[in-house]
Amino acid sequence: MSSSPDKLVYMANQIGKFFQSQGHDRAVQGISEHIWKFWDPRMRKQIFAHLDAGGAGLEPDVRDALLKLKLQA
Amino acid sequence: MSLIQETDFGTPKSKSETMVTLTIDGNQITVPEGTSIMRAAMEAGTQIPKLCATDMVDAFGSCRLCLVEIEGRAGTPASCTTPVMPGLVVHTQSERLKKLRKGVMELYISDHPLDCLTCAANGDCELQDMAGAVGLRDVRYGYEGENHVFAKSHGCENDNWMPKDESNPYFTYDPSKCIVCSRCVRACEEVQGTFALTISGRGFDSRVSPGMNESFLGSECVSCGACVQACPTATLTEKSVIEIGQPEHSVVTTCAYCGVGCAFKAEMRGEEVVRMVPWKDGKANRGHSCVKGRFAWGYTTHRERILKPMIRERIEDPWQEVSWDEALNFAAAKFKGIQQKYGRDAVGGITSSRCTNEETYLVQKLIRAGFGNNNVDTCARVCHSPTGYGLSQTYGTSAGTQDFDSVEDTDVVLIIGANPASAHPVFASRLKKRLRQGAKLIVIDPRRTEMVESPHVKALHLPLMPGTNVAVLTALAHVIVTEGLADEAFVRERCDWSEFEDWAAFVAQDKHSPEATAIMTGVDPNDLREAARIYATGGNGAIYYGLGVTEHSQGSTTVIAIANLAMATGNIGRPGVGVNPLRGQNNVQGSCDMGSFPHELPGYRHIAGDAVREQFEAMWNVKLNNEPGLRIPNMFDAAIEGSFMGLYVQGEDILQSDPNTKHVVAALSAMECVIVHDLFLNETANYAHVFLPGSTFLEKDGTFTNAERRIQRVRKVMTPLNGYADWEVTIMLGKAMGFTMNYSHPSEIMDEIAALTPTFAGVSYAKLDELGSVQWPCNEKAPEGTPVMHIGGFVRGKGKFILTEYIATDERTGPRYPLLLTTGRILSQYNVGAQTRRTENVVWHAEDRLEIHPHDAEQRGVRDGDWVRLTSRAGETTLRAEITDRVAPGVVYTTFHHPDTQANVITTDFSDWATNCPEYKVTAVQISPSNGPSDWQKAYDEQARNSRRIAPVVEAAE
Repeated sequence: MSSSPDKLVYMANQIGKFFQSQGHDRAVQGISEHIWKFWDPRMRKQIFAHLDAGGAGLEPDVRDALLKLKLQA
Repeated sequence: MSLIQETDFGTPKSKSETMVTLTIDGNQITVPEGTSIMRAAMEAGTQIPKLCATDMVDAFGSCRLCLVEIEGRAGTPASCTTPVMPGLVVHTQSERLKKLRKGVMELYISDHPLDCLTCAANGDCELQDMAGAVGLRDVRYGYEGENHVFAKSHGCENDNWMPKDESNPYFTYDPSKCIVCSRCVRACEEVQGTFALTISGRGFDSRVSPGMNESFLGSECVSCGACVQACPTATLTEKSVIEIGQPEHSVVTTCAYCGVGCAFKAEMRGEEVVRMVPWKDGKANRGHSCVKGRFAWGYTTHRERILKPMIRERIEDPWQEVSWDEALNFAAAKFKGIQQKYGRDAVGGITSSRCTNEETYLVQKLIRAGFGNNNVDTCARVCHSPTGYGLSQTYGTSAGTQDFDSVEDTDVVLIIGANPASAHPVFASRLKKRLRQGAKLIVIDPRRTEMVESPHVKALHLPLMPGTNVAVLTALAHVIVTEGLADEAFVRERCDWSEFEDWAAFVAQDKHSPEATAIMTGVDPNDLREAARIYATGGNGAIYYGLGVTEHSQGSTTVIAIANLAMATGNIGRPGVGVNPLRGQNNVQGSCDMGSFPHELPGYRHIAGDAVREQFEAMWNVKLNNEPGLRIPNMFDAAIEGSFMGLYVQGEDILQSDPNTKHVVAALSAMECVIVHDLFLNETANYAHVFLPGSTFLEKDGTFTNAERRIQRVRKVMTPLNGYADWEVTIMLGKAMGFTMNYSHPSEIMDEIAALTPTFAGVSYAKLDELGSVQWPCNEKAPEGTPVMHIGGFVRGKGKFILTEYIATDERTGPRYPLLLTTGRILSQYNVGAQTRRTENVVWHAEDRLEIHPHDAEQRGVRDGDWVRLTSRAGETTLRAEITDRVAPGVVYTTFHHPDTQANVITTDFSDWATNCPEYKVTAVQISPSNGPSDWQKAYDEQARNSRRIAPVVEAAE
């Protein structure tokens, strides 16, 4: 878990797991809001870059949340 | 300035609201029912002579000095044990009383040494005072008879004489001066709740005895100092008083150890502390203390304190002592260089939970306004950040709901992942007092903690497997919902009903039942059901929790689960109930309040909010970055990547306290400039380029905010040995970087905080001086502060139920790492030990030990006291084993107070999903016998020794 994209993917999925029980729509809202509120811009930039590169390893809710957040940015 | 003399009313205050009027010495007095005649007289200004009575403990009636006459009653009753009644007519002085009292005193003095001039209590001796008060002029019995005073009598050994017990490092027990008033024994029982002392023997043979005639150090004594405070003679005396003499003035200040925030009188002689005595008007501690605050302040003048600024180009170089200007300019040039080279966001800082609110506020201001980014974080990141997240989501505010007094109205106490007897001892004493009065106790903890084993306390202990908090709490909710124990009326009125319905349906699922989750949690389903029933139906239920809740990958989820439970059972919004995080450090609450988190300005307001940010911009006259900055673990990652190169750390030892030490070492080594601002060359300083000497809590003015949101004054009692208070150093560092902050006193900083923060709007030093302390929110709506929050409704409006799915941590046991390590604290040591290790407290805890169950130990051939190697996926270390069944099979436990153990070499960088609070409490490990320190420990020790070298100052040749 040392290289950065892996760690960020892990962190994003961890956030995703918390919101999973709330259903897809609320989860996407919750995850994107959480990342917007708490992640430094360089971390968001890195995960967006990873998303653009295919977003390997991202859970579906998390991927949707990041796409939504990227559109807003 | 003079010595603060607190009035001793002789017996405790009555809480009754029924008033009674009586006549004492011709004056009519009205007092609450249940008040003693002694106290009523004292309230009216008449001190009845007394020896065995003191208002910290219940009346005892043994010394027979406080006798009074009551018209219409026979005899001369003791005023301490006689309650007031309407219409009583009491006389405190008469010929008969004078004669009786003089006779009693004469007997006392006939068995007491007459070395008053050279006695340590000279000037502070109640026996001497009473001899004076009753007019004793002669002792007719002489001293030749049987006595406890002289080692020899009539040329033979005196069997009644006992030598001094000097085993405790902080106080002495001199039995020859004891009058057996039993105040110490009662203080140990009633105030501290340890029951370490007793009276052995009868009549003339009666002696104060620690345990079964053991030494103080060898007994169960926890050295809280309550007995010393209660002693009316020189029998129990602080060694510092014996050495220095009686203090001449005192100043009320706040302890700088744990989050209880005890108020103390610093009793001084000039600028030398003679002793610290708990202040009875302190609303957090009510006159009680623990071994740390009462006695362990010797670190403040320890020879290892660094008093001169130091710099070096590379961490391999020895330190160079330089002037303040040179150090500050060096640091400023480095930081500016880094920002030019790597960008504005490449530097940041960490505020200290040990420093004052004002100092913390200034550091975050320097970072946001001076550095121009939001890379500020604080050690709450690694302890209570999930509390902030969880409680603000559910209730709308990031703090505990009650004051400590609330425990006096509690009927059921639910403790989760906390061990107050060790980590918050003064609160634990108040809690135990309530438990002895009949309140019920439930403890959810992997270990059988000191709370579970307290004398005269029966606890329902749910020993869960580390990492399964959410499963256990959701199972408690399952029982409450499925057995119909929820407080529907409360939920309908105060909470969002449809969210409650969703939540109730979620927890009611079979998979959340105690029976279904037992396989993961290890908790007996019957015990869990009983606990749920007691909490939901046993009257006022209060939850107290600690880092065993927060320091998990589901820390925030657990806090939310706790908040859900309290709402579902209606245990919010009045005295006696609530959700109470027990904060680790003295000012963790304050450092969070003061905007130490990268995404939040003071008062927990997000940095992206334009309206709030613009207020700060106007006040600070600078444009602020509207994006959240890096949190501590993110800073480390960014450092290793090369985008974060400079860090200012005030009063925090991140290398020792943060998880996965190797990762932290790599991050610190990657940075180009680390500024450590501290009292000592701590572990982080091994990787620093600038060392700025810090000041202690005795050397500065300011405020701390404790776990109950109570803002209390810290008052300067001596000149900073290093020359400057920490807030002055931060201002100087800002100035060197070209950022000006103008304050001549911390009160001006508090005024700025109050102007910018709605919950602090009513706080000022004048108000704190007037009221002693206030609990925020303190503003127009609550000018004297808010002891209990969410009365009548939640801060956020409707209380919010949030689903809490249990997700097992990815830190799993397996064949290679079959045991779970969890960590905690011990009473005598504090956090990373930088302070307490530099005091005599090391006699209680000289090293970290690994607690292991006999079954696990036997399988591995480990005996008590053996060196063992402790290995995890992150690293390995060695320490000595302690075999005990306090931990369950499969679980091992250690403390993290000593740098040579480096427990955090073992802990991983898994962290809470919401806040990145590290998962200290669960690490999969293996243990095996070992011969001594690991290679890592040896290499670390060598690096540390090398790094701490200070170059000798070369005098210029003529």
